[in-house]
Amino acid sequence: MIITKQKEFDDLLSHIGEGPVFIVGCSECATLCHTGGEEEILAMKDTLRKKNINVTGYVILEPACNLQNDKRLLRKHEKEIGNAKKILVLACGNGVQTVSEILDGFEVIPGTDTLFLGEIKHANEFEKRCSLCGECIQDIFGGICPISRCPKNMLNGPCGGLKDGKCEINSDMDCAWDLIYKRLKKSGQLHLIKYIIKPKDWSKSNEMKSRI
Amino acid sequence: MNYRSNLEQVLSENRFAVTAEIGPPKGSDSNKIREKGEMLRRCADAFNVTDNQTAVVRMSSMAGCCILLNMNLEPVMQVACRDRNRIALQSDVLGAAAIGVKNILCITGDHQSFGNHPDSKGVYDVDSVQLIQIIKNMRDEGIFQSGDEILSGRPDVVIGAAANPFTDSYEISLDRLEKKIRAGVDFIQTQTVFNIDKFNRWMDEVRSQGLDEKVHVLAGVTPLKSLKMTERMKYHVPGVDLPDEIFERMKKSTDPKKEGYNISLDIINEIKKIKGVHGVHITALFWEDIIPTLVKESNLLPRL
Repeated sequence: MIITKQKEFDDLLSHIGEGPVFIVGCSECATLCHTGGEEEILAMKDTLRKKNINVTGYVILEPACNLQNDKRLLRKHEKEIGNAKKILVLACGNGVQTVSEILDGFEVIPGTDTLFLGEIKHANEFEKRCSLCGECIQDIFGGICPISRCPKNMLNGPCGGLKDGKCEINSDMDCAWDLIYKRLKKSGQLHLIKYIIKPKDWSKSNEMKSRI
Repeated sequence: MNYRSNLEQVLSENRFAVTAEIGPPKGSDSNKIREKGEMLRRCADAFNVTDNQTAVVRMSSMAGCCILLNMNLEPVMQVACRDRNRIALQSDVLGAAAIGVKNILCITGDHQSFGNHPDSKGVYDVDSVQLIQIIKNMRDEGIFQSGDEILSGRPDVVIGAAANPFTDSYEISLDRLEKKIRAGVDFIQTQTVFNIDKFNRWMDEVRSQGLDEKVHVLAGVTPLKSLKMTERMKYHVPGVDLPDEIFERMKKSTDPKKEGYNISLDIINEIKKIKGVHGVHITALFWEDIIPTLVKESNLLPRL
């Protein structure tokens, strides 16, 4: 899932100015992250109104990254959108762009910061799992991705900073390589550690491919 | 026999080697390197020039090496994977070889979040094991990482790397060392040794796997200058294992500088007794002027 975090309200206010605002949410990731579902949109609406900023309406796209469906849903709110000066999008960075592609001529404001592709561990607790590198090589790492989970992207880790199973940059974070070791040991695949993994082929990554 | 470098000769002839670290200045004043170089002349076989260590911006490692070369001192150019992709890394290897650098030490690098630009983007296109292999292939096969051929002049350098004997398990540490050896490393400088017992056990493992026959191991030594530095080393520097016993010795001392120096002497003397250790690598952070006395009193003089 795409993990997002709502921007600080004061930051948002400086972009929103006097409004009026139309709010766009998303039924998928942003709803699950509690950053752009109905509950958060209504809360945002309330907060903005308390600041005397008029909210002309809102919509929850299903999901925001679906261009043709967004066009259909946004059309139903044509009038409310027409009354607004700013469009506040409570969805991921993709959602913001799909909306701005459709609502030509409006000022579109991202209401969240898009953090990573990750797992919901518990309610409101997320962990990065994938960097969209274009070529999955987790088979040699016991299903644990060092590109996404090691801050140094090490394919032949761990680095010298491993301590008590934790990463040198944050003692709350498990060292990906410690997890890989434990996992490969359990599955009887520890021999895989011995391979020198060649530099990654980044030509397969999202940097090079923007369309399929 | 022709040796690629002075350091390679000392190691190959099984003489106990000494390398010392020269940290480049946080500025462009070349005299800072010259002064340290002059002070340490004849105290070590080669001098490591660090590459933006702890992710703090300093004069580039290659420029530091160039200044030392002009003084007829032999540098070990440290290269970190944090700041450059494989194109820049290989270009620097060629450039370094062109100006006369004979030893290159490959490290992944301290994470940028520790340094003075925590907002920067780390590169980490390759890791240290991969960089070792890349340089070996450039040197021995005449090919770049991509397989493209080197057209004029292979970089004829001795390849070094780091190892941490104090990581969570010997198994992990040894696997990684073994990998670096297979990738083509010629010498290893270890993380600073404070915990001599743990280092001894690590060396037992190194010998039991016959790795000391395949690579030259230089043990890291860092003289503690103050109690503050001791605390920093104990609690804040990743990968360092500073035992309570040494911490207590520093704490109880009325002259911590002297005590720190004595601890280094003790550690070097212990290291010299360990079979399979081929030298020491002295990193005297902000205290380089202690190195001449330290090597003299450890009976490590004269150097070549």
